[in-house]
Order: sequence, then C-alpha cells, then structure tokens
Amino acid sequence: MRALTTTGPEHVPERQPEWRLPARGPVAMYFLIAAEAAIFTIFVVAYIFYVGKSATGPQPAAVLHAPLFLTACLLSSSLTTHLAVRGLRSRNVRRFTWWWCGTVILGGIFVAGTAREWRHLVYQDGLTIQTNLFGTTYYSLVGLHAFHVIAGLLALAVVLVFAIRGDVRQEHSARTEVLSMYWHFVDAVWVVIFTVVYLIGR
Amino acid sequence: MRILKSAVPIFCTAAAARANSAGEPLSPTNIFAPASTPADTISGLSLLVLTITGAMFVIVLCLLLWAVVKFREKAGAGPGEPAQVYGSTQVELAWTVIPVLIVTILLLATARAIASIQNAIPPPGAVEVSVIGHQYWWEYHYKKSNVVTANELHVPVSSPVHPTPTFLSLFSADTDHSFWVPRLAGKTDLIPNHPNSMWIDPRETGVYLGQCSQYCGVQHAKMLLRVYVQTRDEFDRWLEQQSGPAAASDSTIEGRRTFESTACVNCHTIRGSTATGTFGPDLTHLMSRETIGAGAALNTPANLRRWIQDPSAFKPGCLMPAMGLSDSQLDAITAYMETLR
Amino acid sequence: MSAARATVAVVRSERAPLVDTLHEWVTTVDHKRLGILYIIYALLFLAFGGIEAIIIRIQLIRPHNTFVSPQVFNRMFTMHGTTMIFFAAMPLVFGFANYLVPLMIGARDTAFPRLNAFSFWLTAFGGLLLYFSFLGGNGLYGAGNAPDVGWFAYAPLTSRTFSPGHSTDFWILALLLSGIGSMGTAINIAATVLCMRCPGMTLGKMPLLAWLNFTMAGLVILSMSPLTAAQLMLLVDRYLGGHFFDVQAGGSAVLWMHFFWIFGHPEVYVLAIPAFAFASEIIPVFSRKPIFGYPVMVAATLAIGFISMSVWAHHMFTVGMTSAGNTFFVLSTMAIAVPTGIKIFNWLATIWGGKVQYRTPMLFCVAFLFQFLIAGLTGIMLAAAPFDWQLSGSYFVVAHFHYVIVGGILFTIFGAFYYWFPKMSGRMYNEALGKVHFWLFTAGFHLTFDFMHVPGVLGMPRRIYTYEPGRGWDIWNLVITIGVLFQAVATLVFLGNLLWSKLWGKVAGSDPWDGWTLEWSTASPPPAYNFPSLPEVRSRRPLWDLKHPEDPDWHYE
Repeated sequence: MRALTTTGPEHVPERQPEWRLPARGPVAMYFLIAAEAAIFTIFVVAYIFYVGKSATGPQPAAVLHAPLFLTACLLSSSLTTHLAVRGLRSRNVRRFTWWWCGTVILGGIFVAGTAREWRHLVYQDGLTIQTNLFGTTYYSLVGLHAFHVIAGLLALAVVLVFAIRGDVRQEHSARTEVLSMYWHFVDAVWVVIFTVVYLIGR
Repeated sequence: MRILKSAVPIFCTAAAARANSAGEPLSPTNIFAPASTPADTISGLSLLVLTITGAMFVIVLCLLLWAVVKFREKAGAGPGEPAQVYGSTQVELAWTVIPVLIVTILLLATARAIASIQNAIPPPGAVEVSVIGHQYWWEYHYKKSNVVTANELHVPVSSPVHPTPTFLSLFSADTDHSFWVPRLAGKTDLIPNHPNSMWIDPRETGVYLGQCSQYCGVQHAKMLLRVYVQTRDEFDRWLEQQSGPAAASDSTIEGRRTFESTACVNCHTIRGSTATGTFGPDLTHLMSRETIGAGAALNTPANLRRWIQDPSAFKPGCLMPAMGLSDSQLDAITAYMETLR
Repeated sequence: MSAARATVAVVRSERAPLVDTLHEWVTTVDHKRLGILYIIYALLFLAFGGIEAIIIRIQLIRPHNTFVSPQVFNRMFTMHGTTMIFFAAMPLVFGFANYLVPLMIGARDTAFPRLNAFSFWLTAFGGLLLYFSFLGGNGLYGAGNAPDVGWFAYAPLTSRTFSPGHSTDFWILALLLSGIGSMGTAINIAATVLCMRCPGMTLGKMPLLAWLNFTMAGLVILSMSPLTAAQLMLLVDRYLGGHFFDVQAGGSAVLWMHFFWIFGHPEVYVLAIPAFAFASEIIPVFSRKPIFGYPVMVAATLAIGFISMSVWAHHMFTVGMTSAGNTFFVLSTMAIAVPTGIKIFNWLATIWGGKVQYRTPMLFCVAFLFQFLIAGLTGIMLAAAPFDWQLSGSYFVVAHFHYVIVGGILFTIFGAFYYWFPKMSGRMYNEALGKVHFWLFTAGFHLTFDFMHVPGVLGMPRRIYTYEPGRGWDIWNLVITIGVLFQAVATLVFLGNLLWSKLWGKVAGSDPWDGWTLEWSTASPPPAYNFPSLPEVRSRRPLWDLKHPEDPDWHYE
C-alpha cells in the first residue's frame, strides 16, 4: 500500500503553513440554525398570509398586547449567556455559573409569561387553536418558538447542574459557546415574531 | 441502438405534431390538433420550443456520439495517458453565452404567449359559464340564462368575424380538480377558495373530449369532460330548451313519486319537482345528455337502470350510494328519468 | 502494527456468532458501515417501490383493466412516489455520501459519527412507519390503509374530511421522521466537508464529489425544513383542529402547494447533484483525463443550488397565478438550464481527447449524459408555461421526471455501485453480468420512458387508474408496460451480481481502476480508521501526483 504522507523533499518541497480547519461545533450549529430559520420562515409566511383573513372569532387587534417585559427578559438573557461564556473563557467558573443561572431564570420568566398570556387568551378571550385562522397561526408560530425556548432551557439547565456540581471547566467554554449560539438564535427569532405578530400583524 | 432510442421522445413529439397537419386523427385529445385560439397559441409556441430544443438535441447528440466513438481506447494503443487538459476559458465562455442567448429568445416568446392567453378580455358577445368541480363530476351554470347542467358543456362556435368565445369561471366544491380539453386550451385548476378563469373559442362544431387532470380522489380517472360545440342557432335552441322545467308526464307519475320519496332528492335537483338537492348533478334534462356518471357510461336505459341500482358497478368509490331499491322501484324511477328530456 | 491488529479484528468478527455481528452493525457509528446500511436499506425500498410500479403498469396495460381496484391503484402510485423519493433515492445518495466523503477528503470519520447513526435510524424507522400503514392505517371502518393522496398530497385532499382514518397520518409522520434524519445527515456531511479535510486539501483542491455533496447538504438543510414546517401545520390541522389548509375556514389550498414545492423542486437537485458528483468522478477516471474546468463545475453546481430555490412555482403554472408571476418562474426555470448545460458540456470536454475505457460504470455514465440531455430539453419544454398548461399533470410530465430520476440519477447511481463496489467489498463485480444489466436496463428504460411522452402529448393525465379506449393511448401503454419487465429483470441481474461478487468475486486490491482520489490509496475494504496515517495532498488528484512524480498536477492548478 502506498502511503501518502511522503516526506521526501521531491514531493513536498516546502511545508504548508499550519493546517487549520473551522471547529465542527459552531459550524454544525450554524447549519442547524439555517435549517431552523427556514422552518420559522415558513411559519411566519403562513402567519402573514393569513393576517386579516379570519372570518369569525377574536381578531389580533382586540386581544393581543405587546409583551414588552417578557421581550426584555428574553433579550437580556442573550446578554447574560454572552457574559457567562466570556467568564468561562477567562477561567472564571463562578462568574459563568451566576450569569448562566441568570439566563435560565430570565428564560423561565419568558416561558411562564407566555403561559400566562395563553391562559388569558384561552379563558378570557375565547381564542383557541381551533377558533379561527388567527388562532391557528398564532398558537402555532408562538408555540413553535416557545417549544424552542423550552428545549433551550432544558439544555441550559443541564449545563447549570453540571456547573453547580463543579464539573464545568474552562476547556468546556467552546461547548457552552455552541449552546449560547442556539440561545441567541432563539432570541433573534423572537424579535422577528414580536415584530410580525405584535407590531405589524395587528 | 441506445442512442437511436434516445432520440425517440423528441421524434415522437414531433411526429404527433406532424400527424395533425396531415389530417390523421392520432387521438381526439391530441394537443397538436388545436381547434381554438388558446390551443393554437400554445401549439405555435410549442412548435418553436420543439424546434429550438430539437436543434440543440441534434447538435449535442452529434458531439457526444463523436466523442464517445472517436476517443474510445483502441486495442494496440500505447500504455501512456492522454494529454491532460484542465480547462479552457474561451470554450467555457462560449457554452455559457450561447445558451444564455437561446434562453432569452425562448423567454421572450413564452412571455408573449402567456400574456396573449392570460390577459384576454371577454368581448360583449362572450358566453360566460361557471364551472364547479365536484368529486367526480362537473357542474355548469350559464350566467345570463338560468341554466344548470352537468358534465357535458355546450358552447357556441366562434369565428374571427363574429367572435363568441366562452369564458369559464372555475370553482371547486371539494378538492382540487383541473379542466383540460386539450384541443381547446391548456388546463386550469379548480381549487376551493381560489377562483380561476380560462377561455375557449372553438372554430369548428363537434364534440371535444377531455378529463380532470388534477388528482382529486378515488374516481379521478372517471371525471370525463365532453364539450359540444354547436352553431349559434343550435346553441340558442339548446339553451332555451335547458332553461325550462322538467317535462311532466302522467304515465310515469309512480316513478316520480318513488324518486321524491327516497333520498334521491337530498342530492339531485329536478326543476318542477320537490327535488332540490345540490350535492349531485341536476337531472332536470338528464336525457339530453349522451353519457351518465361524468362519462362513465353511455346514457342508455339499461345503463341508467344499472347506474341507479349500483353506481359502483361503473364507478367504484363514487359518492352516489346504492339505494337498495326493489326491481319495481328501479323500473319506475328509470322510466321517470327517461321522460326528463 | 495497526494493520496487524486490524487483521486480528477481522478474523475475530468472522468467527463471531451472528447475534454479535448484528449487534455490531446496529450499534455502529462507523461512516462506512452506516453508508452500507443506508444503501442496503435503500435497495430494499427500491424493490418495494419497483413492485408498486409493476402493479401500476399491469393495471394500465390496456383500457378498462381491472387488475386492481381504483383505491389500491391510488395507494400504489402514492406509495411508489413517496418510497422512491424519500426511502430509495435519498438513502442511496446519503449512503454513498456517507461512505465516500470522509474517504475522499482524507478523514477518519464524519464530523459527528453518533449523529450519523441517529439520523440513519430515524430515516429507517420513517420508512418502516410508512409501510406499517398497510397494517395500521385503517382508522375508521371503510377508511383505506396505505396513503392515497399522491406523493405531493395536495390540500384539501389530506384534510380529515377527505382522508378519514390514519393513512395520511402515517404519511406525515413517516416523512417528518425521515426528514429530521435527513437534516441530521445533511448537517453532518456539510460539517465534515468543512471541518475534517486532511492537511493540504483546501476547498479548491477537494474532489468534485465532496463539493457537490456539500452543495447537496446545503440544499437539504434549506429545503427539507419547509417540508417539515408544512407537515407540522398539516398535523396541527388533522390533530388539533387547526385551519392552515382548511378551505372551509378561509384556509388556502394553494399555500400548501407553495410550501410543498419550495421543498419539492430543490429536492430534485438534492438527488441530481450527487448524481452529477458520481459522473464527475467516474467519467474522468475512465477517460484518463482530469475533469474539464473544475472551477466552472463548482460554480455551476453552486449556481444550480441557488437558482433551484427560486423555481418552485413552475410546478404550479396551472393553478392560476398572474401572468407576471408565471413569467418570473419561466425566467428562473429557464435560467437553471444554463449551468446545467455547462455541466453537460464539461463532461463532454472531459471525454474529448481521452482514452475512454467502456467498463460498466462508464457505460452507465455515458448513457446518463444522453438521457440527462433529453431530460433537460423536455424540462425546457415544460418551463415554457403555456406549453406546460397542456403538458402539466399529463404522462409527458411523468416521462420527463422519470427521465431525470431514472435516466439521470439512477443510471449514475448504478455506475457508482459498480465503480465503488470493489472498494466497499474488496471484490470485483462480474463485468459480463454488469454489461448484461446495463444493456437490459437501458433497453427497458427507453421502451418505457421514451414512449411515455406520447400519451401525455395525446392528452392522457397522470394518476388515472384506467382510461377510455379510442383515445390513441392503448398501444403506447402496452409498450411502456413491456419496458418495465425488462427493467425488472435487469435489476434482478444487478442484485444477483452484487451478491455473487461479494461472495465469489475476485479480490480487487486497493486501486483497481488506477484512480486518482484518496479512497484508492487505502485498502479495500478500508480499515475502520480509513488511513494508517493521515494523507497530505497538494492537488485535486493526489494519486496522480504520486504515480506521476515527474509531472504532478499541482504544477497546473
């Protein structure tokens, strides 16, 4: 068998500069984000397409109120993850744990707030996923996002448990960064949904 | 051998096109035997596209054949490798630019054909018909005259001097369907909640065949179309005759009573009787139609009786149920149906 | 030393009991074994889809035939389309990509071996779920078992009203599951290409196969997701009483068509681009010349990838779009002909001036060139919207896309089977049987799909379980069905060849074709770690450089 790592000077006259490749974690996360973005795009398109087409039932203008506090929570949780990862990179596990914990709490507030909003919509306004096109598209789009927030929260919580047990060290900063990329994406999607559902769609 | 066969589809398409001009009816539904302006326009564009793609096919085919035969490894040739060629900018530029030009020509011709068919405006003399697709039959409403009929569309012949085109508004009562009578026009889909339109202006009288061409359920295959193109006088007479109520006849009063007392009336309308259902075809002038079951069978007394007894004998899976009628009831209803001229 | 250890391992696994062997295969994360699993799985489903095709063709052999009921016929064409696209063609493509990409870029495995295994099993269970519908689809009395809504499942036929029972649910869930699996595999392939290349292999020095599979993976990532989203909406409609595609409540049937074809058209290129990849590896080796215009080939591939995402509505010329909308999709669709044409010309130029050896893989690739040319030209005919108003939904379209998928894609996949079989199995296939397969299949293919264009031109719609006599369709349908029998026999010859050669073929050696890419530098079959030591490359044809040290490629690139 011919080996390809020939070291003879006639084959490799000058050494290549150091061979560097992108890290696989962030690359895969970028691709996953691209796929997820495509899914959300389709749901957003469906939402916009059906705005104002509901024949009966509650209309968005009557029942939707922009959840500014929740939005602030979710967006600031992006900042806290960023600070947490930066802390871990500079070997400060304590700072990482606190900021990470803050992220989980802020995300938790967002999910709880969404649940409260839905409860109000279902029981006070009589809007369910079956009521009309608005109900179908609203619960599907916001629900799909909430599902992603919950999935992210579970992953964040697992890391938090590891951190509290003292298992997270600086060499894990690249992995936590991949997770924080996902969390930033979830936040960015919320900006789009907030704009479409609560600003334009009303 | 393989190469010869590769040429077949394009030859066949061209042959179908030529057979029409020779006057041999290859098929009553040949798209290259147009008899109406939209079909003419399409046929003309198609021949242009066929010519250009045919020329491209012949050129590339010759090049490929030449390369495949000429550069095969010959017995007794030396062991060395052939000259290693990595690419050539000029050559690649050529086979980028030439296709771009061809595509531009095709695009312009296509855009013109699209506009001339899609943007046509109905002239004052146009006949307007609403077509409603059902699982698995067609319903027609003639807008200016109170006529409702099924499956067999009657339209007047049109001439360049006195254009009387027919404009069709297309709706669906259930799933997607598509209205396709190849000799008159291309197909247009009937989609629920999404009204469409199309037009035809047949220049020769006769019967034009077609069928549903968007899969719509179990009996999609037997949702056939018949378009009767008549002279203006014949068409007006037909319209006049169709707009009246059903013929009344005392001799079949028993059949009429049986009809009115069974579930038939939930789905069918016979104007002048108590039957006002709209789920199935209007039967007021059933006997003026040549076929039953959207073309599934000829409208003969025997077929009609068998159809009423068990429609699934002709169209398994169609939505009309077998009513479990006795022989005498069947005879009575069939006799009544035969008076609906 | 490592080679010696590998030999010991091989000997031991041969003696291991069957259960242990199966356990190894089920729990494997080795990209080569997963590749082979994908391929075997796909061959199984290819057989299922083929049997369904035979049933369809027997039913249509003459007008008013009663071989199967309309209900069964509708299930057959739905299952045939769904199976062939999602559970035969895609797994075949993924299987070869899994097997070949790491070997050709000089990597020891994919970027995410466990994700790879997970994705395979998702796809596998998706296929099983689809076929389980034959047993479990009867939801209500009288409701059919297997899905019967057509492979693009237009709304509102998929709503509870028109599709009671569970058949459509099986269709949705099967595709949802395998779709998530496809996304995982695609992410893995893309990350592997970007992150696992051996030293020296810059993007411009990758084999074309790696480039093209990278593009394919990108297309899967961007196009599978809309289908997944649409399937989720359909599930919401069917299970939660939503109204996305409920026309009674103001929902839109056309929206589903858009969503489906935003997936559906790039999907054609998800299958076609890997087929181009096989042709781009096989044609140069058997012409004994490097691929002509490598940078242009890469650029054309990327262009096809991008344009393919803007052409979807050419499947919808008959649904009543505005004339401006129609014209736009005519433009984008015709534009894609340009990069596709460039590719055909580049393959032609690769053959030009070469010393072409007509071994079985090359025969399949040459036939692919002829057939793909025709498929492209009939595609241009369909792109001219008014022509499409006549041809859409007719047997002409059926003939066109089978020309693409069978005449183009399946032919190169057969070529790939013969080309890499020695690498995968360590044995040579039987050349005589390979040629019998080629000629029989080619004859059958042309009998079936050349003549299938004609009834379409003569007004025969697709998806009809029977037709009226006197339309001039009878003779063509008879010929088409006869062609199918040739293809079936040829496929049996192919499968027999694979089995026979695996057991009794002569030992192939590491480099039976005098190839140029890295997979030919390691043993056949490659050891679990692929390469004893990681290769280092300086050009697109590292083995050429090695075999011709006096005139290496990197002088010219």
